[in-house]
Amino acid sequence: MTCTEFLALLDDVIDDTVTAPIRTEIEHHMHDCEHCEVVFNTTRKTIEIYRSHELYDLPSDLRERLHAAIMARCRKGC
Amino acid sequence: MSTIQPIAREDEQHPDVALVEKVRAGDVSAYDELVRKYDRQVFRIAQHITQNREDAEDVMQDAFLKAYEKLNQFQGNSKFYTWLVRIAVNESLMRLRKRRTGKMVSIDEDVETEEGSVPRDLADWAPDPEQNYSQSELAEILRRTIQGLPPGFRIVFVLRDVEGLSTEETAETLGLSVPAVKSRLLRARLQLRERLSRYFRKKTGPVLTQEKGN
Repeated sequence: MTCTEFLALLDDVIDDTVTAPIRTEIEHHMHDCEHCEVVFNTTRKTIEIYRSHELYDLPSDLRERLHAAIMARCRKGC
Repeated sequence: MSTIQPIAREDEQHPDVALVEKVRAGDVSAYDELVRKYDRQVFRIAQHITQNREDAEDVMQDAFLKAYEKLNQFQGNSKFYTWLVRIAVNESLMRLRKRRTGKMVSIDEDVETEEGSVPRDLADWAPDPEQNYSQSELAEILRRTIQGLPPGFRIVFVLRDVEGLSTEETAETLGLSVPAVKSRLLRARLQLRERLSRYFRKKTGPVLTQEKGN
């Protein structure tokens, strides 16, 4: 497996949608290629960090205000 | 080798369908439940697209009102959530167009860039790189980094990786083909990785040289 082939499969590996034989090939490639191993680990970490950090919180007072406005309009039939 | 596990998905018999039926039958309080269930996600998506707090507030209201008005058009063959997200994305893009008067804004904008298609920064990251920053510093880094992505990549990454839509749902929501979503997702992930690398890479200390004769 070349690094280009590895990169083409990167998303599928991260999302766990590859077959077992392909996964084995990828693991062998990463064992031999430090750069691709870094790309895999850091890309996976990138997703994990974005998934686990709330960047745009909705404060409860704003939430209640918006919620009240929405429901008032709905009750009037919008 | 661990992988990113998809966010847990629910069965076809989704409880939202029952709530939608109640609303259609005239029970407005059931809509209240739907709003509370998804308001945070809609607000977050709107902020990611518009990058403006006031616009996100307007989008959240408009999206829920539009969904309420169009509830009879909801077929039930897609999830209520993805149907709602589609409305929120469209409302967000309309807000962006209003802000950038005269300039078309679409999810196809700026996707021709080659940036990030090949990883360049190959330095490994610190074991828990986010620990080197305070919560507010980290949030600022993450916001600034994702805001730098072209809109067409940013929206795909947010829907697919942050909000947990499937590739197919993301494609349906954005009116894109599945291969287009896959291609944008890979580029978005690689670009974010590349940009975060400058904050998270392992710090290399000064090289210690041994004195001769030791």
